Amino acid sequence: MASGKRNVWRALLSEPLGVMGGIIVLAFVLMALFAPWLAPYDPLKIDVMHKFSAPSLAHWAGTDQLGRDLLSRIIYGARTALGVAITATGIAGLAGILLGLVAGYGPRWLDSLLILCFDSMTSLPMIMFALAVITVLGPSTATLILVIILVSIPGYARFIRAQTLSLVRSDFIMAEQAMNASNARIILLHLLPNVAGQLLVVLSMDIPVVIMLEAGLSYLSLGVKPPTPSWGNIVYDGYVSLRQSPGMVIIAGIPLILATLGFTFLGEALRDALDPRLQLRTLR
Amino acid sequence: MSEPLLKVDDLSIAYASEEGALQALRHATLEARAGEAIGIVGESGCGKSTLASALITLLARNARVTSGGVRFGGKDILAVSDEEQRRIRGRHIAMIFQDPMTSFNPVLTIGEQLVDFQDQREGLSKSDKRRAAAAMLKRVGIPDPERCLGRYVHELSGGMRQRAAIAAALLMAPQVLVADEPTTALDVTMEAQIIHLLRALRQDYNGAIVIITHHLGLVGELCDRVYVMYAGEVVEEGSTDDVYHSPRHPYTQALIACDPANIHDQTPVLPTIPGRLPDLVNPPQGCSFAARCARATDHCRSVAPPHVEVGSRHFARCHEALP
Amino acid sequence: MLTYAIKRIGLALLIICVVMLAMYAMVFLVPGDPASLALGPRATPQLKAELMQRMGLDQPIYVQVWNFFSNVLRGDLGYDVWSKRPVAQMIAEVFPNTLFLGAVAMSIALVAGIGLGCLAVVWQGRSIDRVLAVLSVSMISIPSFVVGIYLLLVFAVWLGWFPAIGAGDPGDWGSQIRAVVLPAAAIAITWVGYLARLVRASMLEVMSANHVRTARAFGLTDAKIVLRYALRVAIVPVIAIVAVGFGSILSSAVFVETVFSRPGIGTLITSAVQKRNFPVVMGSVLFMTAFYLTVVTLADLLMAKLDPRVRDTLRG
Repeated sequence: MASGKRNVWRALLSEPLGVMGGIIVLAFVLMALFAPWLAPYDPLKIDVMHKFSAPSLAHWAGTDQLGRDLLSRIIYGARTALGVAITATGIAGLAGILLGLVAGYGPRWLDSLLILCFDSMTSLPMIMFALAVITVLGPSTATLILVIILVSIPGYARFIRAQTLSLVRSDFIMAEQAMNASNARIILLHLLPNVAGQLLVVLSMDIPVVIMLEAGLSYLSLGVKPPTPSWGNIVYDGYVSLRQSPGMVIIAGIPLILATLGFTFLGEALRDALDPRLQLRTLR
Repeated sequence: MSEPLLKVDDLSIAYASEEGALQALRHATLEARAGEAIGIVGESGCGKSTLASALITLLARNARVTSGGVRFGGKDILAVSDEEQRRIRGRHIAMIFQDPMTSFNPVLTIGEQLVDFQDQREGLSKSDKRRAAAAMLKRVGIPDPERCLGRYVHELSGGMRQRAAIAAALLMAPQVLVADEPTTALDVTMEAQIIHLLRALRQDYNGAIVIITHHLGLVGELCDRVYVMYAGEVVEEGSTDDVYHSPRHPYTQALIACDPANIHDQTPVLPTIPGRLPDLVNPPQGCSFAARCARATDHCRSVAPPHVEVGSRHFARCHEALP
Repeated sequence: MLTYAIKRIGLALLIICVVMLAMYAMVFLVPGDPASLALGPRATPQLKAELMQRMGLDQPIYVQVWNFFSNVLRGDLGYDVWSKRPVAQMIAEVFPNTLFLGAVAMSIALVAGIGLGCLAVVWQGRSIDRVLAVLSVSMISIPSFVVGIYLLLVFAVWLGWFPAIGAGDPGDWGSQIRAVVLPAAAIAITWVGYLARLVRASMLEVMSANHVRTARAFGLTDAKIVLRYALRVAIVPVIAIVAVGFGSILSSAVFVETVFSRPGIGTLITSAVQKRNFPVVMGSVLFMTAFYLTVVTLADLLMAKLDPRVRDTLRG
């Protein structure tokens, strides 16, 4: 096992894009964790006297239409983006494991029912489903997280179910069953550890998608509500003032592009190192 | 005696690999005459697949000819241009493939493919080609050829697929027919039927047949001459009768002893040849079979064995075979 | 083939019904009733009662569900809470714009994606191939609305080559085409990367397949092998993904239409969500789901026709 882990590390480090992605991700994670210490200003502090100021020594990334420091808003935006992404994929992952194990290991009728539900949900265009839920619950960060959880669960559950089914047919599980091991023992000791590692890769590959979704919905004013900084509503502020101050929208888009690229490169390198057979996520 | 139709002359082929050049074929020499069937036998990894690829000029990208060539129609077909090779393939040298399930295109019907395979026949309309295909299917014993032409490969049974593959190879009446493990994908009954078919076809075929297999029985049934290969070399060659009844190379002897068809008594342990194939990146200095040979001496291990004529057109590459 | 088609269509219908039920149920899961939610703080009891009646909310639930289903079947998707216009008509007005946008985007993606994929196959293992691989992944991961805004800034605001807003004048094809270029490019970029990657993988797999070797062994020309033997097999996964891609493209349209202030289903839904205009959201979502399922089902049937193995494995 130890040598296996070392090989994974070596495979990761031999992939320059993966290393680059890792550095970008690390930078954003640090930015999110230490936002209060890193940000030069309060991201909410309005200073109308200095609105739309160009990048300068005082404001490295300039200021927005209310004179708020753009760099500080972007740094706090990392907090929002990663917070939403990690909370949502984490909960969705856990729920996916639970439902996937139930479908794969439970009774047949429950499996069929769950599969029909999953298929119905995946057959909806993801954004359409998200918009329907947001209309009902009203836009807010909590709704956003819930929406991401709901749209992610079917994919994860199907993945876990497929893994579970192939494991259940494998020799060592059959041997356990033959020895009358309890279901709980089989699930906790054998299924879960085997299945969780692969799910982690799938989750890590979904993080850029979730970041994109959070930013996109916040851009449409349907996600994180202003004045809380989110990369999406920062882009929106820049977009609205596109003609007065084009610099703002250019700068506002950069963290989104960097973060999605960084997470994707890291995720792909991770997948190649851990399990090259895993499929590329399907875009919907 | 007629000139050989096809002559593999001192052919060596190496594959580029991470460890170095893997010498899959080393100085192989063999020939096939018109009307003759030759068999090439050996275990997996002995170089027979490489030889098969060379015969139809479809070597893998990382393969390199390091010596010799394949002479056919007065030329070295491995040295001519790609375009010339393409014109030889299928028309003059055709192949019956190992696994017909994956060897036919899954999304075209058998008929569409059999028509395409005749692309090199000029002056024939599409419907003529289709008729020729139907006639050939009938000849290889497919009861309802028209129906078969309209089917996809996955809709045919294993035996039918193999018959269709044989029909495909015979379509353009090639001078050389190469069969790569023609019965491996089949069960025993099917195998017997296909062997029967190949024997029947041999009667009125006047080209040369090269059968490449690990199956000694198949060669015994069909071939006039046999070449035994080991670790990329031809270690023994001769008429099938001579080689089967008085094998002179220890490897041939072991191979025949291990053939399930030759084990008549009830035995608790099936005989096997101990040891493994030698490293083909750094082949041994002496005899390549020495490491697995019960009779090997220090001399065998250090000096490459000579090509000894042990009978009339019967050769063995072994020190022990020396008179 | 027929049984397969019936099965496939039946499944699509079943899913639509489940989706409709789920959406209807969702309205009742929320605290408060949809009428006061839609009306907001201005709701007077009288206004509310009127709206409840218009939405049929005063009836028993099974009647409501029945009405909902039968209305949808008759093409009645309800009425806009504010303008009182029929939702179906509103969708019919803007949907062609979205469809045009999606079709142009998909065409760009197919041409560029398959082209780049084939290039990568031709130069397989060389540095061009590696550059293309990185480029594909980058194109897949960058958010389309950010690309849209950058395109808008450079080509519409600074260079002035294309209009920055709208979908062009009705009846004037020239202006419509000029208006669709930037948003279509923004949407297509993800799919260029995705298809390039898919085509490359698919072609490489097929070109090393046994049957391609057989075709070679019979002396077929390389052109015929690639076009007739390899591409037909390699294109099957592309078709499957293009149909799913259409759904994804229509989803991206929600963002990109807003960026370019382009009338379409995306802007219609977005503004309806912002105003919590239930009937418009539900109607549009239902319509888009049905449209998407139709496309996916058609693609499945087409695939079954192209690849006989698919229909046989699913026949049983």
